[in-house]
Amino acid sequence: MSLMNHSIKELEEMLHNKEITAKDLVDASIDRIKEVDDKVKAFITVDEENAQKQAENLDKETETDYKLFGIPGAVKDNIVTKGMLTSCASQFMKNFIDPLYDATVVKKLKDEKSINMGKLNMDEFAMGSTTEHSSFHTTHNPWNTGYVPGGSSGGSAAAVAAGEVLYALGTDTGGSIRQPASFCGVVGMKPTYGRVSRFGAVGFGSSLDQVGPITRTVEDNARVLEVIAGQDKMDMTSAPLEVPSFTEGLTGDVKDLKIAVPKEYLSEAVDPEVKEAVMNALKVYESLGATWEEVSLPHSKYAAAAYYVISSGEASANLARFDGVRYGVRSEKAKDMIDMFKLSRGEGFGDEVKKRMFLGAFVLSAGNYEVYYKKAQQIRALVKQDFDNVLEKYDVIMGPTTPTPAFQLGEKDFDPMVVYARDLTTVPINLAGVPAISVPCGFSKKEGLPFGLQIIGKHFDEQTIYRVAHAFEQATDFHKKQPQLGGAE
Amino acid sequence: MSKVTEEKVRQYAEMLRLAITDEEATRYTEHLNAMVDYVQVLDEVDTDGVEPMVHGIDLQNVLRKDEPKKWITQEEALKNAPDKKDGHFRVPAIMD
Amino acid sequence: MNFETIIGIEVHVELKTNSKIFSPSPNEFGAEPNANVNPIDLGYPGTLPVLNEEAVNYGMKAAMALNCDIATHTKFDRKNYFYPDNPKAYQISQFDQPIGENGWIEVEVGGKKKKIRINRVHLEEDAGKLTHGEDGYSLVDFNRQGAPLIEIVSEADIRSPEEAYAYLEKLKNIIQFTGVSDVKMQEGSLRCDANISLRPRGQEKFGTKAELKNLNSFAHVQKGLEFEEKRQEKILLAGEEVQHETRRFDEKTGETLLMRVKEDAEDYRYFPEPDLPPLYISDEWKERVRNSIPELPDERRKRYVEELGLPEYDAGVLTGTKEMSDFFEATIQQDVDVKQASNWLMGEISGYMNKHQKELPELAITPEALGKMIKLIADGTISSKIAKKVFAELVEKGGDPEKIVKDKGLAQISDEGQLTEIITKVLDENEQSIIDFKDGKKRALGFLVGQVMKATKGQANPPMVNKILVQEINKR
Repeated sequence: MSLMNHSIKELEEMLHNKEITAKDLVDASIDRIKEVDDKVKAFITVDEENAQKQAENLDKETETDYKLFGIPGAVKDNIVTKGMLTSCASQFMKNFIDPLYDATVVKKLKDEKSINMGKLNMDEFAMGSTTEHSSFHTTHNPWNTGYVPGGSSGGSAAAVAAGEVLYALGTDTGGSIRQPASFCGVVGMKPTYGRVSRFGAVGFGSSLDQVGPITRTVEDNARVLEVIAGQDKMDMTSAPLEVPSFTEGLTGDVKDLKIAVPKEYLSEAVDPEVKEAVMNALKVYESLGATWEEVSLPHSKYAAAAYYVISSGEASANLARFDGVRYGVRSEKAKDMIDMFKLSRGEGFGDEVKKRMFLGAFVLSAGNYEVYYKKAQQIRALVKQDFDNVLEKYDVIMGPTTPTPAFQLGEKDFDPMVVYARDLTTVPINLAGVPAISVPCGFSKKEGLPFGLQIIGKHFDEQTIYRVAHAFEQATDFHKKQPQLGGAE
Repeated sequence: MSKVTEEKVRQYAEMLRLAITDEEATRYTEHLNAMVDYVQVLDEVDTDGVEPMVHGIDLQNVLRKDEPKKWITQEEALKNAPDKKDGHFRVPAIMD
Repeated sequence: MNFETIIGIEVHVELKTNSKIFSPSPNEFGAEPNANVNPIDLGYPGTLPVLNEEAVNYGMKAAMALNCDIATHTKFDRKNYFYPDNPKAYQISQFDQPIGENGWIEVEVGGKKKKIRINRVHLEEDAGKLTHGEDGYSLVDFNRQGAPLIEIVSEADIRSPEEAYAYLEKLKNIIQFTGVSDVKMQEGSLRCDANISLRPRGQEKFGTKAELKNLNSFAHVQKGLEFEEKRQEKILLAGEEVQHETRRFDEKTGETLLMRVKEDAEDYRYFPEPDLPPLYISDEWKERVRNSIPELPDERRKRYVEELGLPEYDAGVLTGTKEMSDFFEATIQQDVDVKQASNWLMGEISGYMNKHQKELPELAITPEALGKMIKLIADGTISSKIAKKVFAELVEKGGDPEKIVKDKGLAQISDEGQLTEIITKVLDENEQSIIDFKDGKKRALGFLVGQVMKATKGQANPPMVNKILVQEINKR
């Protein structure tokens, strides 16, 4: 069995007992990347040399009491890494080889002696839900390589699912951690807005973006979040709250837990197999002493529209800094200043990014602001109120992470409205700012594609989510199954 | 129901500093109209008196002490610049 | 037709905090290009603004000094536009909840006092600096990017270029007294734009305005507006229409030149800055800032007249700049005659500053030295005339007036015996003058005094010389 199939906790013990070295772990990660990444294509950058050097240095250290000592991980390519290409999977930033600083989350991982294996593929600037909008290459779903890994953190989910790294960081603006985690059969957490510093995570929808971990088990996930969470003086929207020990709360006890199941999340649009998997999960919880009831989140049907208005408005401003003056690729055809802007941006950005910018310009422009942007923010307040109301009476909310399993590669040209309808179960969570996790809860019979159960908690109550998710994981075997990297191309 | 004209989309392209081809102008107009139609659903909700939710988190008065700190050198500042000269970033001039 | 001039003025003032408004970079003038920048100032991907508390306090302080209502709830917004000196392609500014609103200042023009209302004062970040080269390229320096600014927008209450000048002088004066800015136009810490329109007297509706840029001094503002007043009047009298346009003031010709015609208002797509939580400014916070505001020029001026008994004119001149006023305050701390202190500041010191184009802090003389010197005059150690010699030394090299007097032997001769001896000698040598004096030619006495002064190198105590001279002549 490859070292990559162990949990972080197991590896910590093996390292501690000197059964293995950090170098062994890094080598196992490199071996696995070499073995499978031709098929999965999860990585944009693999930093083999540096990773090995770091591991060798770690092996000389006597103090090994760190939360991620020697653990190989990787981060999504929109999280900046000093001295390492940070491209956001965009042609515009393909030469951005040194962002000059580390994102706070990257710094925190380094402080706990984790080893960064490289940068992971994504939809360009995190806009998309298939990773097909990467301007470099498409990532494949390890469970069936003819299918997408989801997105935008598709590289992160696929790399973890394929055992290339033990954990990966993703970003989630409207489902970009949870949806690919669900599609790739791994555990993905979008923490409460403000729980994790956004400093160094390239902004998309600034009031929605969160960084979070993708792992194979709930416990690993809790451990990584413990490391990256906390107030950051470089992010004024990070919460001034202590970070509890998420790993210590994993008691397996869900007795008397009150679960709410929104009827909107189990509508007609939900694949019957997915629905069945969710119902089975609820039965598991019942068997563990929990109870569940159907509830309503009445503004859910407006969430996707509000989400597109807000995130596109914010994105149109966030992406304006990419102008070819201080970094990035400047068009060679540019003869004057205005041209420099227009051509560099026209050539550097992909189609999906441009579409969102047009929507953003539209909703923010004079005369439209009140009608669209402000209105969407008002509806956002109502969406949040829905969650607050339900979570006042229930401990957690559950439902499918996505209404269907992964779609086939190349489907991206179909009706965008269908794509947007898929956001129904993920975007309201970002609008409300609440935390949510996706854990594996089943597989499709025909294609063997994973489904995810989404568990949503109260603001800053990741601890309950982890406890509840962990109890399910302990009672089921879904997380033990491994992808075989098969499937038709 | 086409609300946004292609001319308007070209204006947005100017505003966004995006060079677009005629084909793109047509395509983005189509897409933008589809999106605008889609988000019309927001109209159904009565939001009278609802305070807009601007931030992902309810905080206020987050401030930093006025302490200056050097971080990077001039050389680093210019490191990723597509064009530079004499310690400055260089850009093509405005042509009237 | 008779027209009324309507002027509004926008002033940008750079706040002299130690660090920038949204990043910890040093907020300094005059560093090497792009040496005072960090990834936040450069708009690097992933960076976020971090709000400087002092910038908020300074902005609030200025707004309070300008008699504004201070917002209880305020926030920042993004103003979107592309320009190479604007690294994020949005400026973090304040749109609909400025920190201060509804202010006013009082100006005096032609002996008449008038209140000019201030619409708003808001906080924002400065942009970098773009230098246009001759070679088809421009160069960008981001040192100034992120320096804290306040924008002060007047109501269209100003009715003449002269009033505009007075408004700017007063505004600068007040801000300078608060200590939040150097308000130096030449260093760019104060910048202004003016807009001007004309309307027929009696008409309510404003005419079309022109906006003036490149105004590098208050004098230029006045000149530019005067030119513009005439230009627009000519257009209107010819029955034509003034265009809404931006015009540049040309220092060489004193004319304004068309820069661009304003078409539709630019769409800045303002929206609330999601990266910065809003501010709640409690009464307690407001009070804390209010208590930190020092005495402002109008209060000081009043005090100088009412409590110190200085003439209005003196009070006005002394409070014209904070440096002058603070110098005066420190001088009179030493228990010297206030009018004497005022005279020296308005006379010799101002004269020296004008002649050498220097600012008060650049002079070597200290308030302590000036005070001591005035005391030396008062107690008769030196004469006013000798004091000018002492002053010349003090203003150039500084030092202690007592020591200067001693080292240079400038003390007055007030010893009766010594003076009688000198006078006897002078009288012996000028017998004709004694005869003339006795014949009633008073001028002769003046000549004799002069001779005594000459013999003492001007150090004789003048009243004593007079007294002894008369005594000695009468003896003959």
